[in-house]
Amino acid sequence: MQASTSKTIPVLTVIAVIVAIWYACVVWMNAPFEYDKAERAKTDPPNFSQLISNTMAQERPVLPAAHQVFAEIWDTTVNKNITSKRSLIYHSWITLSATLLGFLIGTVLGILLAVGIVHNRAMDRSVMPWVIASQTIPILAVAPMIIVTLNAVGLTGLIPKALISTYLSFFPVVVGMVKGLRSPDNSQLDLLHTWYASKSQIFWKLRWPSSMPFLFTSLKVAVAISLVGAIVGELPTGAVAGLGARLLAGSYYGQTIQIWSALFMAAALAAVLVMIVGFAHSYVLKRMGQKAEVY
Amino acid sequence: MGWLLFALVFWIAAWAFNEWLVRQKISNGASAKAINFAVPVIFGVTLLVIWESVCRGLDIPSILLPTPSTIWERILNSLPILWADFQQTFLKAVIAGYVLGCGSGFIVALLIDRSPFLQRGLLPLGNFVSALPIIGIAPIMVMWFGFDWQSKAAVVLIMTFFPMLVNTVQGLAASNTMERDLMGTYASSWWQTLTKLRLPAAAPFIFNALKINSTLALIGAIVAEFFGTPIVGMGFRISAEMGRMNTDMVWATIAVAALAGSTFYGVVALIERAVTFWHPSMRLSRT
Repeated sequence: MQASTSKTIPVLTVIAVIVAIWYACVVWMNAPFEYDKAERAKTDPPNFSQLISNTMAQERPVLPAAHQVFAEIWDTTVNKNITSKRSLIYHSWITLSATLLGFLIGTVLGILLAVGIVHNRAMDRSVMPWVIASQTIPILAVAPMIIVTLNAVGLTGLIPKALISTYLSFFPVVVGMVKGLRSPDNSQLDLLHTWYASKSQIFWKLRWPSSMPFLFTSLKVAVAISLVGAIVGELPTGAVAGLGARLLAGSYYGQTIQIWSALFMAAALAAVLVMIVGFAHSYVLKRMGQKAEVY
Repeated sequence: MGWLLFALVFWIAAWAFNEWLVRQKISNGASAKAINFAVPVIFGVTLLVIWESVCRGLDIPSILLPTPSTIWERILNSLPILWADFQQTFLKAVIAGYVLGCGSGFIVALLIDRSPFLQRGLLPLGNFVSALPIIGIAPIMVMWFGFDWQSKAAVVLIMTFFPMLVNTVQGLAASNTMERDLMGTYASSWWQTLTKLRLPAAAPFIFNALKINSTLALIGAIVAEFFGTPIVGMGFRISAEMGRMNTDMVWATIAVAALAGSTFYGVVALIERAVTFWHPSMRLSRT
């Protein structure tokens, strides 16, 4: 309890400062438009209090105020039918489904690859450097091409986006799991050898359990990055549906409030996904009798 | 059919050769190093050969997936365009954003170092923001800073800021109490403790952030170009040539991006090796 209260107040303070700076920026960045408008209407430039209220109620502000963004989110989530194309929940679900499918495939693939790398020396020497090297390649840049190519082959909708998420999310899982499966030290391995344990017994009774903390740390990175993959994957499909499409459409038509609301929705989605993985993490570690890490 | 068979045979042969190579017991340092180098290279070459032969064997149209040889030809034929794109995206946007983002993250970490209150407030937020799809701010930045490279640098700045901040703060806390007490008994000032003990101890963390950021920066700049750009740049080239179905040009740009990203990462890793030579993870690799 002590730890949580000592963290809450500083975090809230920082958030309050950020919101204050935000509102200051809203006035500062939107003011030129108001002055411009007054000049064109040949009226007196607005006084300070008018300026503040005007800058926070523009239809297409340079920087929308926080309450405008949240009003838009409220409007597009609660007041719209879920199946409507104007509903943010509809778009979020499309992005989320691609994220989850890609995350699932990526995790399974990553774990399988890690098991292969740990048990086969040729694979370790030849695949591992490429896994590390491919992390330096801007895979997101390939995303539009994968989408268009797969569309040409006949795969549309969910699968291509999910494949990009897969591609992004399996690297952290491979790296983390290889580390985790190798984490048992020699004395533990020797002990199992003295018990004449087979390779699969060593794997299930020693390597797999001791890799769990590493797996969940990687999963947190993987789920966040697969959301990014799904959003970027939606950009080149011509802005049909999904949070990425909302971003692109908003940028085409200058709907800043729509961009910001899609951004906040994506942020909330990422936070929820990471939190779910975090809860699974502490639950599994608790069931295994280990102390859950505090984060 | 012949090409497919060739791919299969080549794959099996290369696999067997690699398997044989790693089983060699060589005490000689130089040849052991050569084997360590050769195994991944053989794997990479195998991938390229399989790609080429499967493309030819199955008659995959080059619009869908061009062969490595046509991509290579395209790279050689359009070096000036690729160089101009590289200049626009990498030398201007990525480098500027990377330096500003890492620099400001580092400075803010030093500034909040003396205030535990700010640290406790900023660290959870920094961790949280690192997990967010920050790339989504790209359209906003394009709106604010225009189509040219400044908006891309702004995206890169924001993407690289938080990993740097979080890692530096963690790194500054890495030296233990006993070491800090020792500096206290020497009557060293906060500044002396920082430069002589805590920054060197933080170096592995800082380099970790620099390495993460080197890949993030390139991704951020390229994706930001999808949202609007002058008619030059890697992201522009990828989306424009994709629209014209010039798939080999897209792949050529991707090859350049991959090369640039790997080189960037490699340079940071080399500097890390030179600076943090004392760290156990570096010592082990020498043996």
